[in-house]
Amino acid sequence: MTAPHFPCLVGCATGFSGDRTDGAPPVVRTLAARGGGTLIFETLAERTLALAQLARNQDPEAGYEPLLEDLVGPVLGDCMKHGINIVSNFGAANPPAAARRIASIAARQGLPAPRIAVIHGDALDSPEQRALLRERLGAEFDRIDVISANAYLGAQEIAQALRAGAQVVVAGRVADPSLTVGPALAHYDWSDDDWPRLGRATMAGHLLECGTQVTGGYFAVPGLKEVPGLHETGFPIAQIDADGACVIGKAENTGGKVDARTVKEQLLYEVHDPARYLTPDVVADLSQAGVTELGGDRVAVHGITGHARPRELKVNVCYRGGWLAEAEISYAGLQAEARARLAGDIVARRIGSAMRLRIDLIGAMSILADDDGALLAGVPDRHGQDVRLRVAARHDDRATAERVLREVTALYCCGPAGGGGVRTSLRPRLATLSCTVPREIVAAGWTMQESR
Amino acid sequence: MTTATGSVPLYRLAHSRTGDKGDISNISLIAWDAECYQVLLAEVTEARVAQWFAYRKPVRVTRYVLPGLQAMNFVLEGVLDGGVNSALNLDAHGKSLSFHLLAQQVAVPAELAARLPDVSAVGEADFTS
Repeated sequence: MTAPHFPCLVGCATGFSGDRTDGAPPVVRTLAARGGGTLIFETLAERTLALAQLARNQDPEAGYEPLLEDLVGPVLGDCMKHGINIVSNFGAANPPAAARRIASIAARQGLPAPRIAVIHGDALDSPEQRALLRERLGAEFDRIDVISANAYLGAQEIAQALRAGAQVVVAGRVADPSLTVGPALAHYDWSDDDWPRLGRATMAGHLLECGTQVTGGYFAVPGLKEVPGLHETGFPIAQIDADGACVIGKAENTGGKVDARTVKEQLLYEVHDPARYLTPDVVADLSQAGVTELGGDRVAVHGITGHARPRELKVNVCYRGGWLAEAEISYAGLQAEARARLAGDIVARRIGSAMRLRIDLIGAMSILADDDGALLAGVPDRHGQDVRLRVAARHDDRATAERVLREVTALYCCGPAGGGGVRTSLRPRLATLSCTVPREIVAAGWTMQESR
Repeated sequence: MTTATGSVPLYRLAHSRTGDKGDISNISLIAWDAECYQVLLAEVTEARVAQWFAYRKPVRVTRYVLPGLQAMNFVLEGVLDGGVNSALNLDAHGKSLSFHLLAQQVAVPAELAARLPDVSAVGEADFTS
């Protein structure tokens, strides 16, 4: 094993599938200048994996991150040259195919074949696993058309693959912070039950996992919370010390900023009980966390610890959730809001009890309203001059859902005066169920891809 | 010492971000400084937040305090119209809820209110008169 560079550096270049694809090069340049590290890409949201599984059902070589080439292609050579490992969940529903694609990118670029490890075991497809899911989810499981069922794996397999010399680790469903915990585990050789260190590294991973959300992205409020260069915000880099504590910074020569406020917002993002942040690796405890600004877009995070990991793993089951119908029409000028309200009332009366509708008046009351329309009904007409009626409904039957689109379109001739700009869409929905399962039924592992 | 108080929207005392998991929304509330944090502790209780979001019919509202960050975390269960996978809401993640919380008025000492940051209120477009 080559001597590790100290401390452990982990940079993150995407926060979700669909994020900016130009984040990685500045992160890689910064890591290279500091002696190497790990580059992670987080690309899986709750439903991304189900969409990937649907793609794989159509094409056995699809089902991984669609932008894989845009993410990896520009930096693969520099990562290999500078000893920067790549760790990501961009394998989605088909990690082996993603690994093959990366091998082909390397071949096309004239690079030596990278050592690529593939994590497996997150998909719960076997009859025994499905039977257990049915037991956990109850009779509802029999009524749904399951697309995907995946357990959230932890950092162990990532760490093992890196220790074995993997330069690229391709995973499907792993817990987001585990993408960071894995490299730290491999780097420092912590014991698997070193809960305080795992808790700290997990929160470093939590700060990284949403990409620019810790470097000034999703933070700016003009006049209150300014962020310089938001159009070219740099992605974050965590420096994790031997104790697991981290300093969060960002790629050199980029926009955005890292200060106590950006770090605090991300630290609490999607956290429920701060004393019990659950991952497959540890129960992290940030209830006593503190942050210290070090200047130069660097913030130290301290006061975090951890407790014994949960006994069971979380599983997400994605299934077909009927059809979402959405239709909109605009009203402007004299009595616009009154005309939009009348239009919504017409649609509601004509649909009747066929399905539940959601009616919004964009420009008057939409985002903050409630499904039942109580807030909208209770707010007097404010004489909005530029209002867009939005009607949404969900139904298992496609033809029934389509009625909403036709009723809104019909407002062109049969509705109030001056309606314009009808847009309609009908989309299949994905729904999810969650449960936990014993670790023993999840056969997590990794294999090093044969190089050619 | 003065006891005069004024009423200000929360955004002058704190900043906030919303996260979601299923039908549960978490809304952080992070004080500008220690003095603002004391106001949050006293004023932004579970009951008041539950009341503020009552129209979303929360099943439960829990407040967690983080003294080291001068922050608190509110967990609101059942406020996302079913959550991102089933809601018909335009903002199915409830991302905008943090700014709804920041509009809530709280009582603060007058001298604190005088030095809190503010943005000039945007006037309504003059289409009507």
